[in-house]
Amino acid sequence: MLKRLSQCIREYRTDTLLSPLFVCLEVAMEVLIPYLMSKMIDNGIHTGDMHYILRLGGVLVVCALLSLLFGAFSGHFAANASAGFARNVRHDMYYNIQDFAFENIDRFSTAGLVTRLTTDVTNLQNAFQMVIRILVRAPVMLVSSLLMAFRVNSRLALTFLAAAPVLALGMAAIIHWAFPNFQKMFDCYDRLNSVVQENVTAMRVVKAYVREPREIQKFQHASGEIYRYSKAAECVVVFNAPLMQLCMYGCMMGLSWFGAQFIITGSMRTGELMTMFTYTMQILMSLMMISMIFVMLTMSRASAERIVEVLNEKSRLTNGAQPLTDVPDGSIRFDHVDFSYSSGAAHKCLDDICLDIRPGETIGIIGGTGSAKSTLVQLIPRLYDVSGGSVQVGGHDVRSYDIETLRSEVAMVLQKNTLFSGTIKENLRWGDASASDAELVRVCKLAQADDFIRTFPNGYDTQIDQGGANVSGGQRQRLCIARALLKKPKILILDDSTSAVDTKTDAMIRRAFREEIPDTTKLIIAQRISSVEQADRIIVLDDGRVAGFGTPAEMLANNHIYQEVYHSQLKGGAQDAES
Amino acid sequence: MPNPKPMPHGPRGRIPGKRPDWKSMRPGKILGRLMGYISGIYRIQFVIVLIAILFSSLASVASSLFLRTLIDDYITPVIGQAAPDLAPLTRVLLLMICIYILGMASTYLYSRLMINISQGVLKQVRDEMFAHMQTLPIKYFDTHAHGEMMSRFTNDTDTLRQLISQSIPQMFSSAVMLVSVLISMLALSWQLTLLLGAMLLTMTKATQFIGGRSGRYFIEQQEKLGRVNGYIEEMINGQKVVKVFCHEQAAEQCFDELNDELCDAATRANRFANILMPIMSNLGNLQYVLTAIVGGALAVSGLAPLSLGDIAAFLQLTKSFTMPFTQISQQLNAVVMALAGANRIFQLMDEPPETDGGYVTLVNAAYDENGALRETDARTGIWAWKHPHQDGTLSYTRVRGEVRFYDVDFGYTEDKIVLQNITLYAKPGQKIAFVGSTGAGKTTVTNLINRFYDLADGKIRFDDININKIRKPDLRRALGAVLQDTHLFTGTVMENIRYGRLDASDEEIYAAARLANADGFIRRLPLGYQTMLTSDGEGLSQGQRQLLAIARAAVADPPVLILDEATSSIDTRTEQIVQQGMDHLMEGRTVFVIAHRLSTVRNANAIMVLEHGQIIERGEHDDLIAARGKYYQLYTGALELS
Repeated sequence: MLKRLSQCIREYRTDTLLSPLFVCLEVAMEVLIPYLMSKMIDNGIHTGDMHYILRLGGVLVVCALLSLLFGAFSGHFAANASAGFARNVRHDMYYNIQDFAFENIDRFSTAGLVTRLTTDVTNLQNAFQMVIRILVRAPVMLVSSLLMAFRVNSRLALTFLAAAPVLALGMAAIIHWAFPNFQKMFDCYDRLNSVVQENVTAMRVVKAYVREPREIQKFQHASGEIYRYSKAAECVVVFNAPLMQLCMYGCMMGLSWFGAQFIITGSMRTGELMTMFTYTMQILMSLMMISMIFVMLTMSRASAERIVEVLNEKSRLTNGAQPLTDVPDGSIRFDHVDFSYSSGAAHKCLDDICLDIRPGETIGIIGGTGSAKSTLVQLIPRLYDVSGGSVQVGGHDVRSYDIETLRSEVAMVLQKNTLFSGTIKENLRWGDASASDAELVRVCKLAQADDFIRTFPNGYDTQIDQGGANVSGGQRQRLCIARALLKKPKILILDDSTSAVDTKTDAMIRRAFREEIPDTTKLIIAQRISSVEQADRIIVLDDGRVAGFGTPAEMLANNHIYQEVYHSQLKGGAQDAES
Repeated sequence: MPNPKPMPHGPRGRIPGKRPDWKSMRPGKILGRLMGYISGIYRIQFVIVLIAILFSSLASVASSLFLRTLIDDYITPVIGQAAPDLAPLTRVLLLMICIYILGMASTYLYSRLMINISQGVLKQVRDEMFAHMQTLPIKYFDTHAHGEMMSRFTNDTDTLRQLISQSIPQMFSSAVMLVSVLISMLALSWQLTLLLGAMLLTMTKATQFIGGRSGRYFIEQQEKLGRVNGYIEEMINGQKVVKVFCHEQAAEQCFDELNDELCDAATRANRFANILMPIMSNLGNLQYVLTAIVGGALAVSGLAPLSLGDIAAFLQLTKSFTMPFTQISQQLNAVVMALAGANRIFQLMDEPPETDGGYVTLVNAAYDENGALRETDARTGIWAWKHPHQDGTLSYTRVRGEVRFYDVDFGYTEDKIVLQNITLYAKPGQKIAFVGSTGAGKTTVTNLINRFYDLADGKIRFDDININKIRKPDLRRALGAVLQDTHLFTGTVMENIRYGRLDASDEEIYAAARLANADGFIRRLPLGYQTMLTSDGEGLSQGQRQLLAIARAAVADPPVLILDEATSSIDTRTEQIVQQGMDHLMEGRTVFVIAHRLSTVRNANAIMVLEHGQIIERGEHDDLIAARGKYYQLYTGALELS
């Protein structure tokens, strides 16, 4: 875990190293200053030697200024290093997420990823800063003070050795008991987040069903869990302060008792006892800092684990050794394809699918809800890998292509489609960043989106809200189609992408496809018979199996499911619109 | 589409939260309100905490003063004695042990109590905030970024934890130490104390300057963090689209920019915070040297009655003085951040809630032997409006499901009217369909019936009662809704359907699922009705999600139903069967339906064709077709129907 995280330091290595260096210098000054001060009291004040006081005072001022300078530098470098480290961690995580396959995306929730990229990274950033500053400072302080203490009076300094194991054991126990609770606490935070997120997005449902009391109850349960576990964790951590005090006060008592006897018997001077006390304070203060850091690190360990989980998540889909970078044509072949979303699932989503689609063909796909239509087409741009058999595009297995090449040739309009905040132009240019304005207009005309875009006051520069919330469902679908067309793909897949578009416009889109992009292989998943009945061939899916594959006329003649759908819609009157 | 069109946002979408207005924030007031939470429930505990802190700080002051006493009064007198009397020494050590034990116990006590208080307050703040959020009007949710609301429950509330559990006790204990040390100093020499005061002023100024800067940068950091948060939320939600378009690089570039901004802000904030500590401690050192020089000069010149021992003691105190002072200044960042967090929390809590002037309630009713309607606790299937009158009498009206609009005008903002002169009626059991192009105001009409928004003019009567007089929860309970965007909750399928009516039995739930034709696919799920749904029903198809929403409405069994494009994503085969179920569901109910499919509106009792917020045609299917108007155009596909 640490190894993976330390790879994120990179260009901030200098800062990361300079910071502890200056910390050491600062500590040196801090050890020196009390020494000089005690000298000033013993040799200056007690003798009333003004000259000595002034001289040493001057030295002390210089030391203080140096200490300030070193401290400021270490602070400066530590800030650079920690903020930079956090930046790199976020960078690595986000880039790794970009490499995720659909399967990986399904594994993490959006809320979870957001927390990991923000809250968890902030925790880690604080921990990192603490490590390079205080975790360096405290041991240096500890060691130098201990050395000085032993130099002053080694027998008396043994007192510290008695205190050390007590402190160490106590701290270990605290960490041991607190950590599991902290971990649970973080999980509870995720749950709280998801309760709030669901509540806010589904506010209309909540209000429509008057479920506010129930939502409040749900929330109180989640916040109660946080209360429980944070309290449990903190109740353990709370022993930290008294433990420290026990050791500190214990040492002081020991020093006083033995020290007094040494002094009385003349084997030690009072000044030395004073110095020992100063070192006691310094030693215990640094021990306290170390213990505090350990508590903080314990808390951030949970964050670090969650971060590393994202960093180490390997994309399930990777390019082969020598990926093909050219898709010869738009033919598609399914060769005994099996698929299930999780390995070991008893129920196969797709079962022994064999299909052969020629370039330029228009294929309609219909089937009931849950018949795996979307799953079938998602295998073509390799959004998922098959569990068995193979999918071939242009005569080669999709796994042999460079993924980016494959996906730019296989354009897919997803069922759950999203527009992003930005102008219409910006959204369209996802398909091709270098597309000219004229090109944008051309694809929008194809997708029958040009007309409505022009009715907006700002036309193509109209601002789209997050998720495309400010355009209608039909408009959103047409924009998504235009965006996909801009890729000039060899294969175009529409996954129920015109469901909110009226039948006439739907027909116009299909006509435009036929006339303008005849060479592109088109796969159209639809619920409406009218959307597929002019296709070259139709695939009827039923529960993960191909129940029929042939021309619309053949299907109408002998496919039972197709007939049923056909007649049901005929009766519904949707055919009126087509005529 | 949801018609409330939010204001256009910046190129990178919503910036969570308003820019925290540093100047307008009123720290005193916020802190006071926060303390109100503590003194509200935890008054006694908090007083005990303060007392315990007092003891704990005094114990540590005692330990720093103890040394001089020990040497001067107990060791020096017996030095060199052949048979020293160690009894006084033993006594004073035992006394100190007692003080220390007391100190330790106090430390434990206050830390432990502080956990109760801080966690308790946090829970209360969270719960109150959430409960208040539930009362806010839909408009609030339309106009605020969701990620930003979420962060108030976690990030902002957590800043309070730091404040309550650490900053407040530590600042109090530091203050106690400061005061006690100050008193000891004054006792030794007022002149030197004066000097200390001057130095203190400098330190305060330095703290103010640096602390203020760093506080501002910390707030800037939070703001940038919010921006990164918003960007990640949007992009990860659309991650599959990003993948399909191989848009990873562009997404990374954009992220890098925001990430760099955040990094810069974080660097600045931390730099100032980090530098504060060395500045403070070294100002302390300078103070020490200055005191030594001035004290020495005073003593040597004889201007002040100072012994050299006094100066030594004073110097010792100077050290114990700077430490708590530094600690206080260190806590300032946390305080600034907590105040900013508290400010955002209180802002949410101060949002005016949805107004509800209603007093008519919905009750279960039954007919007594005289044939009069009486209220009952049992679920009878008969609902009645309970109408209290000014003279104190009650009257009951049976819920029939009649809805009438009288000249209704409405606009999401005052200057833009979305609906105009809407007058329509739905008799009990009738099916009213709304059709029209995007933005015509169909969804808005239904949003007015359940009072998601309030009318600008005109009125709506439900069973002849002005809906403004009906309590909103009761009104909404009388209305079932299948909304445009299906939302499911984390929980089992069973729980999601039961959302419609919490006391529904398992049998009723199966029945509702069968009615919506959801039973088949639910039983095919790995754990059937006990299958857990997460992330808004991830893994279910749109159609399946809608079936669940329909089942949810079915189990609610309301007299009036609102169906908003409910069947748009179900495949036609399934829809056929759902339609049958829906027909059962609609039986005996008043239904308002907004649909894409003309087949679903065809058999409506009345069809309202909306355009630009006005009803331009109304009537039955055949009449409208014969009229060859807008409906005819829509029906024949000449216009988009959405």
